[in-house]
Amino acid sequence: MDSPPSLLAAALLAATAWLAIGLLGLLPAGAAFVRRALFPAGAAASLALAALGAQGVWYPASSLVLPLGLPDLPFHLRLDPLAGFFLLLLGAVAAGVSVYSIGYFRDEAGARLRLICLQYHFFLASMAFVLLADDAYLFMVAWETMALASYFLVTTDHQRPAIRSAGFLYLLVAHIGAIAVLLCFGVMHGGGGDYTFDALRAAELSPFWASVAFLLAFFGFGAKAGLIPLHAWLPEAHPAAPSPVSALMSGVMIKTAIYGMVRISYDLIGAVRWDWGILVLVVGAGTTLFGVLFALMQHDLKRLLAYHSVENIGIILLGLGMSMVFFGFGHREAGVLGLIAALYHTLNHAVFKGLLFLGAGSILHATGLRDLNAMGGLIRTMPATAFYFLVGALAISALPPLNGFVSEWLTFQTALQASLIEHGVVRSLLPLFAAVLALAGALTAMCFVKVFGVAFLGRARHSAEKAHGDARLSERLGLAWLTAGCFFLGLFPAAMLLMLNRVAASLTGSSLSAQALESNWLWVVPTQPMQASYSAIIFLLVVLAVVLITVRLVRVFYHGRIRVADPWDCGYPEQTTRMQDTADAFGQPIRHVFGPLYLMKRHLPGPEDANPRYSIKIEDRHWYWLYLPLARLVEYTSSKIGLLQRGRISVYLLYSFLTLIGLLVFVR
Amino acid sequence: MTPAMASGVALQVLQSLLVVLVAPLVTGWVNICRAWLQNRSAPSIWLPYYTLAKLFHKDAVIANTASPLFRITPYVLFGCMWLAAGIVPVLVTDLPFAPAADIIALVGVFAVARVFGALAAMDTGTSFGGLGARREMMIGFLAEPAMLMTLFTAAFISDSTQLQTIVETLAHREFAIYPSLAFAAVAFLMVLLAENARIPVDNPTTHLELTMIHEAMILEYSARHLALIEWAVAIKLVAYMAIGFALFLPWGIAPAGDWAALPMAFAALGAKLALAGAGLAFLETLLAKMRIFLVTEFLSTAFLLGVLGMLIHFLVRG
Repeated sequence: MDSPPSLLAAALLAATAWLAIGLLGLLPAGAAFVRRALFPAGAAASLALAALGAQGVWYPASSLVLPLGLPDLPFHLRLDPLAGFFLLLLGAVAAGVSVYSIGYFRDEAGARLRLICLQYHFFLASMAFVLLADDAYLFMVAWETMALASYFLVTTDHQRPAIRSAGFLYLLVAHIGAIAVLLCFGVMHGGGGDYTFDALRAAELSPFWASVAFLLAFFGFGAKAGLIPLHAWLPEAHPAAPSPVSALMSGVMIKTAIYGMVRISYDLIGAVRWDWGILVLVVGAGTTLFGVLFALMQHDLKRLLAYHSVENIGIILLGLGMSMVFFGFGHREAGVLGLIAALYHTLNHAVFKGLLFLGAGSILHATGLRDLNAMGGLIRTMPATAFYFLVGALAISALPPLNGFVSEWLTFQTALQASLIEHGVVRSLLPLFAAVLALAGALTAMCFVKVFGVAFLGRARHSAEKAHGDARLSERLGLAWLTAGCFFLGLFPAAMLLMLNRVAASLTGSSLSAQALESNWLWVVPTQPMQASYSAIIFLLVVLAVVLITVRLVRVFYHGRIRVADPWDCGYPEQTTRMQDTADAFGQPIRHVFGPLYLMKRHLPGPEDANPRYSIKIEDRHWYWLYLPLARLVEYTSSKIGLLQRGRISVYLLYSFLTLIGLLVFVR
Repeated sequence: MTPAMASGVALQVLQSLLVVLVAPLVTGWVNICRAWLQNRSAPSIWLPYYTLAKLFHKDAVIANTASPLFRITPYVLFGCMWLAAGIVPVLVTDLPFAPAADIIALVGVFAVARVFGALAAMDTGTSFGGLGARREMMIGFLAEPAMLMTLFTAAFISDSTQLQTIVETLAHREFAIYPSLAFAAVAFLMVLLAENARIPVDNPTTHLELTMIHEAMILEYSARHLALIEWAVAIKLVAYMAIGFALFLPWGIAPAGDWAALPMAFAALGAKLALAGAGLAFLETLLAKMRIFLVTEFLSTAFLLGVLGMLIHFLVRG
C-alpha cells in the first residue's frame, strides 16, 4: 500500500466487494449462509475500507477513471483526505453494524434475509461511491442508489401501512433534495466544460451564482440530513427500518449529506462566505433545539433516537457555520478549528448513534418492545446491553471523558474565538450559538437520563416481564466495537485532531497553529496551551484514582455491611410499578416550560373515574403550516393539470397540433 | 522530577486534601450563621463531621430493587466533586492537574455527577426518586447554559478557558468594576443557589415530600453511601464558591512557585469562605422557597444576565 493510486484501487475493490456480497445474497442458499458467511464478509470489507480511508487521509489525493458509464461520460473516482475520513467513518461503523447483524437477523426467514442482504450491501456500497465520486454524474447515480436501497430497507416490513407511508415520505423528500443537488451541479457547471469535479472546481462563479449554488446544495443535502423544516421524514423513516439499518441511516447516511455540504462549499465552490455561515448557524441552532425538544417528548425509543439525529446534525452545522463565518472574515485558523469540530462531531455521532440504535435493537429483540413506558428494570435481564447503552447515553450527553464531549468542547472553543471578528454584530452572535449548544447538551443529558432510567432502571412494568435473555454474542461484539470507539475517540482526541487538521488543510490550505499541532497524544490544545487545554486521560485517571482511594478508605476504616430491604420511599406502603416515572412523566417539566412549541392533545382523567386513562398526543407543528398545505397545493394543481387528460385521442392530437404551431411561431 | 514540578504536585495534593476536609466545616458554618440569623441556638460547627462519622458507622440498607449502579453512584459523585474542587485554584494557581480540565470540562464534571445522581434516583423504581430526578434534570438544563455564559464572560475577558490563566489575568488587572463581570457575578450567584439545592430553588433541610428535589433523589440512600453523598454536596458548595472566588474575587491566591505567599493565601481563603458562607445564610434567611416552575423564570433570568454580561463585554470591551 505504498503508492496512492493502489490505495484508491483497493478502496474501490472493497466497495465492489460489498456489491458482490449483496449479489451473492441472491443465491438460493439458506439463511444460515447469509448470516454466517455474507455478513461477516461484509464486516471484513468494512474494516478494510476503514483502514484504507484512514490511510487515505495521510496520502496526497489520487484519482482514477473507470471505463464504465455512458459513452463520453466515464466514472471518475478520487480519494482525497476528506473522502478518506468519511470512508473511515463509514467503514468503522459498518463493521460494527455488520457483525451485529449476524445475531440480529437470526429469526429472519431465508427469502426475506436474502433480500435484506442485497439491499444492505448495496446501500453500503452506494455510500462508498458517493464518497469516492469525482464527477457529478457518478455522484448522482450513487446518491440515488443510496436513496433507493435505503428506501427498500425502510419498507422491509411493508405489510404495515404506517411503514409504507413512512417510506413514501422518505422517498419524496429524498428526491426533492436530489433535484436541488442536481440543480446545484448545474449552476456550478456554469455552461462550459464537463461535469468532473475538477472542472467544477475550475469554473469561475460570480458571488451571486456561488451563493445560489450554495443555497441549492444546502437545501438539497439538508433534506437528506434532516434539517428543519425538512426533517419530517427522518423520525418516521429511521425507526421503521430494522435496527441495524436504522443505525446505518442515522449513523452514516445522513453524514453523507454533511460530506456533500463540505465538499461543495469548501472544495468545489471554494471561497466560503460569512453570510452563508450565518444561515447555517441559524438553521443549525433551530434544528438542534427542535430535535432535542421533540426527542424529549417521545416514548418510542427508536423515534426518540431519530429525533436526536436531527439534533446532532444541528450541532454539526453549528461547528460548520462558525467555521464558515471565520473563513469568511479571513480568520483561517479559527475557521479550521470550527471545521475540525464539525467533522469530529460527525464521526462521534456516527459511533454513538450507531451504538444506541443497535442497543435499541437488542432491547426490541429481547422484549419485543419499542415503547419506553412498557419497559423497566432491563438492567437485570440484560446487563451487557445496559452497559453498552449507558456508554452511548453518556457519550451523546456530551459528558467527559467520552467522545461527545470532545467535539462539543471544540465547538465551544471555536465560539470563544469570536473576539477575533471585527464585525460587531456577528462577533456577539457567535457566543449565542454556543449558548444554544450548551442548552441542547443539557437537554440531551435529561433525555438520556429519561431513556436509561425508564428502560433499564427501576422495576419491570407488567408487560416487560417476559423479557428473555441478553443480547447474543455477535450482537455484543458489534456493540462492544462501537463502545470501544466511544472510548477511543474520547480518550485520544489529539490523534484525531491531527488527522482532521490534515483533512482541513487539504481542503482549505490552512491549518491549526503550530502550538496546537505540537501537543502530544495526552493533551488537546486547540489554539495555545495558555488559552485552553483538555486531557481526557488525566481526567479519567484522576476520577478513577479518587474513586478507588475513596472505596479503599471507606473499606479500611469502616465496614462493608449491607442489608437488603424493600425500598423506603418515605414509608409509603403498597408501591406499584405504575408509580414509577414513565417517559411521558419525565418529560413533563419540558412540556410545561416549552409548552407553546408543541401541538398537544391531552386527556386527563377526573378524580371520579373508575378506570382512569391518561393520554397525550404531541404533534409537530410543521405538518400543519408546511407539509399539509404543500400537499394540498400539489393535489390541487395536479387535479387542474389532470383536466388536460381527456382520454380521447382526438384531444391529444389537438395538443400536438397546438404545440407544433407554438413551436413554429416561437422557434425560428 | 524537577523541583518546580515537585512543588506543584505537593501543592496540588495539599489543596485537594484541604478542600475535602474543610468542606463539612463550611456547611457547618452556613448552618450556624443561619441559626443565628433566625434567632435559634446554633448547633456545633463540627456537627457535619459528627453526622458523617455516625453515618459511616451504620449498616447500609439497600433497596431490593436497586442495581449495581445504585452502589457505584455515591463514589462517582464524591470523586467528581473532589476532582472539581481539586482543580479550581483556591490557594495557588500552580496546579499540575488543572490544565487537564478547563472551565467547560468543569461544567462537564458537574454534569456527570448530576446524571449519575439522577440515574441512581430512578434506580430503585420509587415514585419520589423519579420525581426528584426529573426536577433535578430540569434545574440542570436551565442552570448549565447560564453557568457557561458567566464562565464565557470571564473567558472572553482573559482570552482563555483555563482557570489558572483567568485567575492570573483577573487578579493582575487594575482595580475597576467591569460591568460585564458584574452581570456575570449576579448570574453566577443565582446558578450557585440553584445548583447547590439552596433556597429559593430547593431547601436542603426539607423532608416535605412534594417540595423536595435533591432530598427526594437521595431518599433511598443510607449509611456510608449517604455519608459520601452528603460529603460530596458539601464539597460541591465549596467548589462553586471557589469558582466564584476565582472569577470575581481572585485576590490573595498565591502565584506559581511562591511558597511565601501561601500563609497569606490561607488567610484570604478562610476570610472569603467565612464571608461567602455568612452571605449564603443571609440570602437563605431573606428569601422564601419558590414554586418549582418559578425556577424556570429564576434561571432564565440568570441565563439572560450571563448573556447580557457577555454582550456588554463585546460592546464596551471591558
